[in-house]
Amino acid sequence: MSRIKQIKVNAIRNGTVIDHITAGKVRKVLDILELDGKEIVMVGMNLSSKKLNRKDIVKIENKELSHNEVNSIALVAPNATLTIINDFGVVKKVSLEIPEYIENLIVCPNPKCITNSEDIKSKFRLTKDEPVKVRCHYCEKKYLIDEVKIKK
Amino acid sequence: MKNLISMRDLSKKEILHLMNIASKIEEGKIVPDMQRKLAALLFFEPSTRTMFSFDTAMKRMNGDTIIMSGTGQTSVKKGETFADTLQTIAQYSDIIIMRSSIEGSARFASEIVDIPVVNAGDGANQHPTQALLDLYSIVKTQGTLENLSIGLAGDLRFGRTVHSLAQAMALFNVKFKFISPSFLKMPQYIKDDLKLQGVKFEEYENMEGNIDDLDILYVTRVQKERFADPEDYEKVKGSYILEKTMLSNVKENFKVMHPLPRVDEIHTDVDNTEFAYYFPQAKNGVYTRQAIISTLLGEV
Ligand SMILES: [Zn+2]
Repeated sequence: MSRIKQIKVNAIRNGTVIDHITAGKVRKVLDILELDGKEIVMVGMNLSSKKLNRKDIVKIENKELSHNEVNSIALVAPNATLTIINDFGVVKKVSLEIPEYIENLIVCPNPKCITNSEDIKSKFRLTKDEPVKVRCHYCEKKYLIDEVKIKK
Repeated sequence: MKNLISMRDLSKKEILHLMNIASKIEEGKIVPDMQRKLAALLFFEPSTRTMFSFDTAMKRMNGDTIIMSGTGQTSVKKGETFADTLQTIAQYSDIIIMRSSIEGSARFASEIVDIPVVNAGDGANQHPTQALLDLYSIVKTQGTLENLSIGLAGDLRFGRTVHSLAQAMALFNVKFKFISPSFLKMPQYIKDDLKLQGVKFEEYENMEGNIDDLDILYVTRVQKERFADPEDYEKVKGSYILEKTMLSNVKENFKVMHPLPRVDEIHTDVDNTEFAYYFPQAKNGVYTRQAIISTLLGEV
């Protein structure tokens, strides 16, 4: 870890750091986060990174992410790492992974899909395609992750 | 098997099992008894042929049907939700057979009712009973589903039937010829799936000269309405019309299939050749649907 980044991370007393966000995807990450508007949020864009060349980063004071938030962020920024900070110390650090089974996080882009006309939870599964796609459990259409909208 | 929603859910073993039941029903070796069984045919999107085929299948087994066709007759109009309609119908009947233009509707139905659901077509997505009756027709005429050479001709872009058939045959080491106008080619996502499964296929723009080495030619209609310029249609339509004269060098076991209704893509002079199989194919639909219904209701 570089000295500068260390300082930034440690600048939070309690909260969550989402690091190694694919550069350019931080807006999508902010869209996913359920914020009440009172949290202190710090955003870094296009920072240099050994792993990704360029990366984005978000730090939020006094917030732990819900299961849904974590899974949604994994979808838009699959390389992201999550660090939970407590009293200036790193409590837990996890790498995100796109879940195999994605429930109620994605809006199916197919207008003729039942999930867009009935009040039901969407369900998607990862496919073996390269780059990875998601397949709707109902209409069976496949989409790139960049083609789908993440539910709030 | 609890429901029949998508060909994706079926293993090779389950497909072959259904073929075997259909064959035994046809030969009279199995006589499923559906007396006192009631099938609800819910055709939110009307399709007379498919509905008649299911109705016949049920009645040939001494079962009975209740029929709803088109949304006009439903309570959907009165503001009742789709889910409520299904749950109500499920109180009356033993099996739901449904068709709708909404994709995924049969899957959804199978998740909210506790009787078996058969997908009789959900928009551009799946029509598994059609795929199974096509497979049954192929195995009946060829003696096997393995290692066949199959031509799919016509509108391969929008035709749900040819998509399902391509996906289903992929399990059986098939070799395909896709014959279509260039802008009505087999969609890329289907070709990608086939490549992932190691299926061999070639693409052509002419029927003539490309059918002599086939075991099956599956013809679908190229619709004039798909063409922006009617002149373009006139230019290509002759390449997708099958005539008797084109059949002089085909293999002995060669058969022509078509999901029906036909317009003019197969000339009527083909009808009385030994190669025409589209009317028996329709009859096979009844045996296949009998096999599906009786399997789902645990009667075979
Ligand atoms: Zn869908």
